[in-house]
Formats: sequence, C-alpha cells, structure tokens
Amino acid sequence: MESLSTTSPAETLTASQEQKESIQRIRQRSFRTTLVFWSFVGPLVLGLIVFFFIPIVWSIVLSFATARATITPSSFVGLQNYREMLGDPDFTKALATFTIFALLIVPTTFLCALGLALLVNSIKVAQGFFRSVFFLPTACSYVLASIVWKMSIFNGTFYGLANTFRHIIGLDAIAWISSPTPPYYWVVLVTVRLWLQLGIYMIIFIAGLQEIPRELYEAASIDGARRGWQTFRYITVPLLRNSSLAVLLLNVIAAFQAFDEFFNIMTGGNQILARPPLVYIYNVALSNQDYGHGSAGAMILTLIIIIFTLLQGRFLGFGKAD
Amino acid sequence: MATTVSRSTQSRGAKGPSTRKIVVTILQYALLIFLALIFLLPFYLIVRNGLAAETDITSPNWTFFPKALHFENIQELFSDPEVPFLDGVTNSAIIGVLQTLGQIFISAIAGYGLARIPYRYSNQVFYSVLLTLMIPFVVIFVPVYVIVSYLGWVSTLQGLVVPGIFSGFTTFLFRQFFLSFPHELEEAGRVDGLGYWGIFWRIVVPNSYGIFAALGVITFISSWNAFLWPLVIGQDPSAWTVQVVLSNFLNAQVLNLHELFIGTAIAILPLLIIFFFLQRYIVEGYKQSGLKG
Repeated sequence: MESLSTTSPAETLTASQEQKESIQRIRQRSFRTTLVFWSFVGPLVLGLIVFFFIPIVWSIVLSFATARATITPSSFVGLQNYREMLGDPDFTKALATFTIFALLIVPTTFLCALGLALLVNSIKVAQGFFRSVFFLPTACSYVLASIVWKMSIFNGTFYGLANTFRHIIGLDAIAWISSPTPPYYWVVLVTVRLWLQLGIYMIIFIAGLQEIPRELYEAASIDGARRGWQTFRYITVPLLRNSSLAVLLLNVIAAFQAFDEFFNIMTGGNQILARPPLVYIYNVALSNQDYGHGSAGAMILTLIIIIFTLLQGRFLGFGKAD
Repeated sequence: MATTVSRSTQSRGAKGPSTRKIVVTILQYALLIFLALIFLLPFYLIVRNGLAAETDITSPNWTFFPKALHFENIQELFSDPEVPFLDGVTNSAIIGVLQTLGQIFISAIAGYGLARIPYRYSNQVFYSVLLTLMIPFVVIFVPVYVIVSYLGWVSTLQGLVVPGIFSGFTTFLFRQFFLSFPHELEEAGRVDGLGYWGIFWRIVVPNSYGIFAALGVITFISSWNAFLWPLVIGQDPSAWTVQVVLSNFLNAQVLNLHELFIGTAIAILPLLIIFFFLQRYIVEGYKQSGLKG
C-alpha cells in the first residue's frame, strides 16, 4: 500500500518500460487513425486532386503558353494570352453581356421570388399545392425550357404563342430572338431563367419567412403598427436579411455560370447578340481548339467568381458553421 | 377608460373577418391561380406540341387544343435514324445512376471522416476541400477537359461520369450533417466493438436516410439536366446524353417540331415522376444546398 509514494528501482524500470510501450501504442493507434481517416477521405481527395487541382495548375501553365490544337504547351509567351484576351473586343463584350444579364436577372428574380414567397406564405388553404406548382419548373432542364421558349412561346413566326397573342390584340409579329434593336432577346433569356429558378429562391424565402417569430407581428399590432407595409418594412425586411443575401449572391453566381440557355436559344446566327463568357470560352477552346487563350479566359473568370464567392462567404459565414 | 378600450378591441375581434379581408383573400387566390396557370403553361405546350400533327403546330390559326392527338409521334421519334434519342435516354439514365451513387458514396464517407475521425491534419484537409467550393465546376470546364482528354476519356462513359462524382459541396453538406449526429449512438457501437467503418455502415447510415435521399435526389436531377459537360465530352453521337441529343435536334437544319416536342416530353417525364413522389426530399435538398451547380 505504502509503495504508492516510494518506488523501488525495479518498479521505476517497469514504469519507464510501460511508458515506452504506451507511447508505442499511441503511435500505433495514431497510425491506425491516419489509415482509417484516409480510407474514408482518400477517394474524395484523390478525385479532387485529379479533377480540380491538377486541371487548375495545368491551366495556369497553359495560360502562359501557346497551345493550339494541343494540350501540351509548345512555347511560353508570358502574359500575352491574358493581354490578348482582355484586349479582345469579343471577350470584353462577353463580360459586358454578363453584366447586362446580371442587372436584368438578379433584381427580377429577387423581387418575383420574394413576392411569390409572401403570397404563398400568406394564404391558409392549398399552400402546399401552390408551392409545388411554382417549384415544379426546377425539374426542367435549361435545354428543354429553351426548346419551349425558342420554338413555341417566342417563336419569331406567326405561329409562336407570344406573336399569336400580339395578333389577337392587333399588333405585328416580332422576331423575338433575332432582332438586334430593340433587344427583345433579353425578354426571352430573362423569362426562361425566371421560370426555371424562381421556385428554388421562393423556397429559400419561405424558409426565411417561417423563421420569423409570430409574436413579433402580434407585438407590433399591439403597439399600433398597421398590418401590411409597416410590419413588412420594419419586421419582415430586416429579419429576411440572411435569406435576401443568400438569394442575391447565389443568383449572381448562377448568372455568371449561364451557358445552356444562351447556347441553345441564340445558336443559329444570333449568338453574336448575346454571348456570355462561358459560351465565348467554349467557342475559343473547343471550336477553335485554342487551349492557351481558352485557359487564360478560364483563369480570368475563375478570379472574378472567387471574388463573388468570397463576398458570399463573408456575408453568409459559409464554411464557418462549425 | 381601460375597460372601454379592451371591450372595443374585443368587440372588433368578435365581428369575424371583415369584408376587406375577404376581398383581399379572393384577390390573393385569383392572383395565385393566374400565376399557377402561367407556370404550368410551358408543360402544357410541350405535351400539346408533342402530340399534335406538324400542320397543327405551324398553323397560322393557333388553337389551344390540337385537332387530334397523335400518339404515333412517340414511335416516329424512336425510329428516326437522324435522332439517336433512345441512346440519349439510355446514356442519361446510366450516367445519372452511376454519378448519383458514386457522388453520394464518396461524399458521405469523406464527410463522415472529416466530421468524426481525429486525424491530426483533418482541418487542413477540410480547408482544401472548402477551397474547391469557391470555383464552380462549369467555370473550369476547359482545364478539366484538358485533363480528361489527356486521359483519353473523350466520348467515353468514364469521361462523362467520373469528373462529376467528386463534389466538395456534397461532402461539405454531409460533414455538417454528421457533426450533429448523436454521439451516444456511435458510442453504443464502439462499446459493441465496432470500428469506424462498422459504426458508419451499421449505425450512422441507417439513421441518416433523410439526408441521403435529399442529396441523392438533387444529385440525380442535376446530373440528368446537365448540359455543358456532356456537350464538351460527348463528341461522338453515341456518347450524347438526352439533353445533348435534343439540343442538336433543336438546332438541326431540318426541323421536325412534333418529334422535338415529344422528345422533350419524354426527357422531362422521369423528373416529373421523381418530383411527384420525392418532392419533400428535393425541397429539403435545395434548402440545404441553396443552389447546387
């Protein structure tokens, strides 16, 4: 019993041996932990290295090189590809097209999604039904919606639905897609995206609205606030701040990635009217097989989108949620 | 004084809904029904044009209902040698299933490893995964195409499927979910002598159906609807997905509207069925992920 405090030399020896063994055990265990960690996370990391990090590094290399019809750099040209891309009127025009598109689509999506959410959230009967109906178009792909918009609704001939409607009220048919001035094609491009993605943003807003405590509205009405504009302005708007920022930034990033509807609706001689950055890069890299300039363009886009994503992270605390 | 005020509010409340309130409600429903019809109109147009005769579609006198329904349009589409529609549907189905299973499996195990296994450099690995969230896949399609063509995977099934199964985003969502998984359940498994893999398969997965269904369903939807990557990689018509087939058909020289629209109807049908049965999970998935690229 008393040997607890006083240790004999033999005991010290075994103690240090035990210590050694336990260190070994810990090492062994940490080795096993390392092994089991990589058995879980390894496949993903390997895939991201091959299909994310290596492509970006390779692309940075290619962007400083001449690479026509080949994916290995033939000679290094420094910043020339970047200078040529930024000096290329088609590329800067593509960036301008994106800006116009974002200025049109972001506010309309924001307001319509908020309006739909408020409307759906305010009714008592059949709320789920209407939510489903407005959400349904998200099942549709951009390609399929482009077919309907280009060939049926905004068909430039007399049998297009919009032109039929104009005919009924006594107006002339409009070449919706191919008319350069006035740029009616923006009506086509904006409405198709609105139809496709309003449902998702409406869901985000409804989720935000349902998180606002009911008591706030009750307290406000006791304090004499009129239902409607006043409660909306002083309760709903401030408390929807997070949902609003999410919708705005997701929307900008999604607009930046626009390709499908522009590619499908504007093909056939009208692409020059509205060609966003991704369509332009597709033409440079895949139609002209110019991977040097294509890579430089991709890197410029990557930089721009990183700025937007960092803004998003700043506002939404994305990735810091642990 | 106080009693009169409270009595007056009481009597106002007891009067029931005012006429103003009824009018507002009627207007709300009228507006909702109008908007719902507009939102449903494109679906109707797809079916209408798909089952109409070509002359009905291009007639100068547009009618809401076509004169007759032509179900033989379906057969015509499938037997049209110019349009590899059946191949497209088959490719899309195979790619969708493989990509969904692959992405969910790889993201779920990685998410669990990052959430639970106390590896020394776990945080550094997690940050490198977060780094990939900043850049959407489509923005770097040229660099990825360069690698995939270096591997010789252009116009192959693996070229279409494999680059899409490694998702930092899905992994991130799984990790966040597993972080809040109850520790007690896992401890019970550990007491029974299970290792990390045993705990994951026998305890965590069976208790996480909701997140697997939600992320699985939206992965399948985005895979079925994807266009840019299949367009870039599927250079041979045999490797076209249904979206690429219809896009080529849309911009073909000779246009055959009734076939184009019945193809559109068939291409959207699987997703409408999924929406009908799994909408709860889809909404949950989109709420979790905001907007999945």
